[in-house]
Amino acid sequence: MDGSAPAPAALAWPDAIFAELQRWGVRQVAYVPDGGHARLIRAVHAEPTMRAIPLTTEEEGIAVLAGAALGGQRGVLLMQSSGVGNCVNMLSLVKSCGFPFLALVTMRGEWGEFNPWQVPMGSTTEAAFGLMGVGVRRADRAEEVAETVAAAARMVFEGGSAVAVLLGQRLIGAKVF
Amino acid sequence: MLDRRDVVARLLKDRDEALVITGLGAATYDVAAAGDDARNFYLWGAMGGAALMGLGLALARPDRPVVVITGDGEQLMGIGAFATIAVQAPANLTIVVLDNGLYGETGGQRSHTSGGTDLAAVARGCGIAAASRVTDQAGVEALAATIAKPTCGLRVVVIAVDPTEAPRVLPSRDGAYVRGRFQAALGLAA
Ligand SMILES: Cc1ncc(C[n+]2csc(CCOP(=O)(O)OP(=O)(O)O)c2C)c(N)n1
Ligand SMILES: [Mg+2]
Repeated sequence: MDGSAPAPAALAWPDAIFAELQRWGVRQVAYVPDGGHARLIRAVHAEPTMRAIPLTTEEEGIAVLAGAALGGQRGVLLMQSSGVGNCVNMLSLVKSCGFPFLALVTMRGEWGEFNPWQVPMGSTTEAAFGLMGVGVRRADRAEEVAETVAAAARMVFEGGSAVAVLLGQRLIGAKVF
Repeated sequence: MLDRRDVVARLLKDRDEALVITGLGAATYDVAAAGDDARNFYLWGAMGGAALMGLGLALARPDRPVVVITGDGEQLMGIGAFATIAVQAPANLTIVVLDNGLYGETGGQRSHTSGGTDLAAVARGCGIAAASRVTDQAGVEALAATIAKPTCGLRVVVIAVDPTEAPRVLPSRDGAYVRGRFQAALGLAA
């Protein structure tokens, strides 16, 4: 992805997310890699005040961030929509204990998706979060990403809520093979 | 064979500043039996999450020793945690797996550690060099001697314990209360 020249908007929104995470003092960034988050993940690894935590499966991140909150640090979970179902039972930790929880989810299976295997979870991502009481916000245009992440971060870090921001596939661009 | 209650009581006797996370089931009861403490966080669910919660806490509080006490079944459900934790390698994290070879809470079905899985070897294979199996009191004493040090390096200690069930000692199941109490003990606003 480094070889081609992405559109300016495609460059801007991951950087806007990174700036918000810095502004909110996020220290632990747990993730399962996704192409849509690649630029943000690189920025996190390069940032000495942030701890990049690659996971083997998404639900690990719920427990890691609960531990971070228990010790007074802020964290965020980055993943793609296909990982949300993996999180369902582990979210009982957030629900039972009232831990703050912020997830930034890149959507697959909803806009120009060529891989039908992404559709079942992509079409139920919001419902899966809803099952466990995690609030969902969406950003489908580059210019609304920063304010959506900022609004979610305020609810989570100042209000103690559990919120997932879905970053629409239309924003990210359908994967082309 | 080592008695799980004796093992946990011995490990926590000299805990000093240690922060403790327990895996659901008997490990939670063992830690409660050793004495309730605001610096204990008891899991009653989130199976597979105990060691990972310890990771997040250990990274947030590098000044404090963090001790996870869990069961073989709980750790098997989160077996990828060893790989995730190895990458971070916090020097203040100790993961103690009480290995009775079975799923005690659910009726005593044989677990994979009775069927050939060596959790210490799995941890080593994931990159945690200091992963060992303890089968005697000398091993428990050696661990107890350093449990309160936050600079011992990441370690996984699988302790073979007698499969006999101990009487249940139930700590609070109110997760929000236990969280708030723990955070207050660390001087944090809950
Ligand atoms: C996701 C999930 N699956 C299954 C269970 C049921 N369950 C509760 S405790 C437990 C086994 C715990 O075994 P172990 O960690 O070895 O504890 P011990 O043998 O010490 O009781 C199981 C399977 C559960 N609580 N959550
Ligand atoms: Mg067991």
